Amino acid sequence: MRTTTKTVMGVLAGLAVAALAACGGSESADVSAKRMADALHAVMQSDRTVYTQKVVNRLANQDGVIVASEHWKDDKALPLPAQMFRMGAEETARNTSGFTYSLQSMWPINKQNAPRTDAEKKGLKYVADHPDKNYYAKEDLGGTTYFTAVYADKAVAPACVACHNHHRDSPRSDFKLGDVMGGVVIRIPES
Amino acid sequence: MRRGKLAGWMGWIAVVSALAGGLGYRMLSADDRSLFLPGETTDAHHQIELACESCHRSPFGGTAVLQNACMDCHGAELERADNAHPKSKFTDPRNAARVAVLDARYCVTCHREHVPARTRPMAVTEPKDFCVHCHRDIAKDRPSHAGLGFDTCASSGCHNFHDDRALYEDFLVEHGHDTTPAKRLNPALTPALAAKGEGDALSAADRDAPPDKVTDTVLREWSETGHARAGVNCTDCHGSGARWTDHPSRESCAQCHEPEEQGFLSGKHGMRLAAGLSPMTPARARLPMKSDALDRELTCNSCHPAHRFDIRHAAVDGCLGCHDDRHSRAFKGSPHHDLWLAEVSGRGQPDSGVSCATCHMPRRVRLRRGTPVTRVEHNQNANLRPNEKMIRGVCMSCHTLRFSIDALADPGLIRNNFSAKPSRHVKSIDMALEREQAHDDKQR
Repeated sequence: MRTTTKTVMGVLAGLAVAALAACGGSESADVSAKRMADALHAVMQSDRTVYTQKVVNRLANQDGVIVASEHWKDDKALPLPAQMFRMGAEETARNTSGFTYSLQSMWPINKQNAPRTDAEKKGLKYVADHPDKNYYAKEDLGGTTYFTAVYADKAVAPACVACHNHHRDSPRSDFKLGDVMGGVVIRIPES
Repeated sequence: MRRGKLAGWMGWIAVVSALAGGLGYRMLSADDRSLFLPGETTDAHHQIELACESCHRSPFGGTAVLQNACMDCHGAELERADNAHPKSKFTDPRNAARVAVLDARYCVTCHREHVPARTRPMAVTEPKDFCVHCHRDIAKDRPSHAGLGFDTCASSGCHNFHDDRALYEDFLVEHGHDTTPAKRLNPALTPALAAKGEGDALSAADRDAPPDKVTDTVLREWSETGHARAGVNCTDCHGSGARWTDHPSRESCAQCHEPEEQGFLSGKHGMRLAAGLSPMTPARARLPMKSDALDRELTCNSCHPAHRFDIRHAAVDGCLGCHDDRHSRAFKGSPHHDLWLAEVSGRGQPDSGVSCATCHMPRRVRLRRGTPVTRVEHNQNANLRPNEKMIRGVCMSCHTLRFSIDALADPGLIRNNFSAKPSRHVKSIDMALEREQAHDDKQR
């Protein structure tokens, strides 16, 4: 092959390699699934904490102007923070397929919220044993691979432990403020 | 190509073209498309089965297209009923294994049309024990359910897949000990109270119809009743000047009665009109109908005819003029009807009577910008089947929860229109109260 041709081909090959290397999600160009899940969790955590402390705890427990109730429509009451969280998850699912999230526990009031998949079971156990760490895994569900993250869900207000310790359907009655009561599970599908 | 073979091909093309043309014309232009019905439709939809586009809005798009069609008609009611099993309960990927067995995200999974051989009550096309897929271990959380067959979950008067507003555990506990009813019916509007409209009341002398259109009967019926009292004159319905019509359309009623019109179109009386078809007639119905009413077209005037628009007539005789099934036939002579006769004659207290409309087209008082407004639910299906959805809005106005659950779960009482006491007791309240008591004892 002539030198000029070799040079041109070498340059083109080099450009091709550089272009391919630039695609494929380096940290600086795309957000990794882990960063996305952590960010989402930060927002969910904040929103629910604000609702629990500034709305439910203030109006129901301190000022006593309204109650918070599981059957909030019938009782003309405030939804419970866990319900507000779940309704948000359902609303999100209606609007986007980019991720899903749910609230689960090894000691659920509604048994449908017990961990179901292996990652959920391992993740909830992990965050219960290591409250300040998160659990990350990959899962295959229904033919799709997901990046799954589990975050510890702690009792942030006295109302949390009071209700769960006395609820007819709660399997535990010994929660304390600050205890891990369950976990937030976020799933991001890998395209 | 040899002549014989060419002739064969030409013949074949001719036959196929004729078939395609004929069938195409039948599908796209002809009035009767029943040739294309793959199977009998359910009682719910048979009235509109030839308006294929009601559900099959696009030839492409599959289940999602059907789902949108379902939600357009049924979504609002499911929302009002706080649907216990909405699609959103199943969309999380953690349900993937369950959805693979029974895809509860879509209505048509359990409510398929065109398959009469496997269609069960409430248009369900799944085996009766479908609850087992997700609730197999229920006996662990609810020992009272040990040994109960999964085919009895929804048929025993205990649970309803979509609407459990009167059946959820805490509601049973809250009302399980009631010995008197929780609330009373909304005040019934008698004809004397019927009209409180926008304009000043009109008298016979105020009529504005062309003179040749006025008869003594029409004048008396109008001037003595609600429309005149509300300031509604002849031309308000019939049109003025050159636009006068002897037979005002449904749209003319809807100028003022839009919620009632919307309710009518949402139910079995008006769903053909909502689908762009001709009005429903008793001849098309699957329920037994009076033989002398078969060709009557269902419009606003069918139940409350002009010009009196008598709502007391509408409440009973309007219905019984057409409906001839066992439940309807058993109404006159039933305790409910006795109460109605007493109220209408003045012997009974106001609100104490029970007509067909009391249960199936009840009055609701709603606040509209702070003002209470009474509306009659014109969707007769909104308080019909499954009958558990009538418990809170209708039955509990006069009866306790315990009695209501037992009565509605007794098919004999439905047939004889509640002419006897319930023959069996549904144990759901007892189970819930026992559990509550056990919890209280444990707490102490």
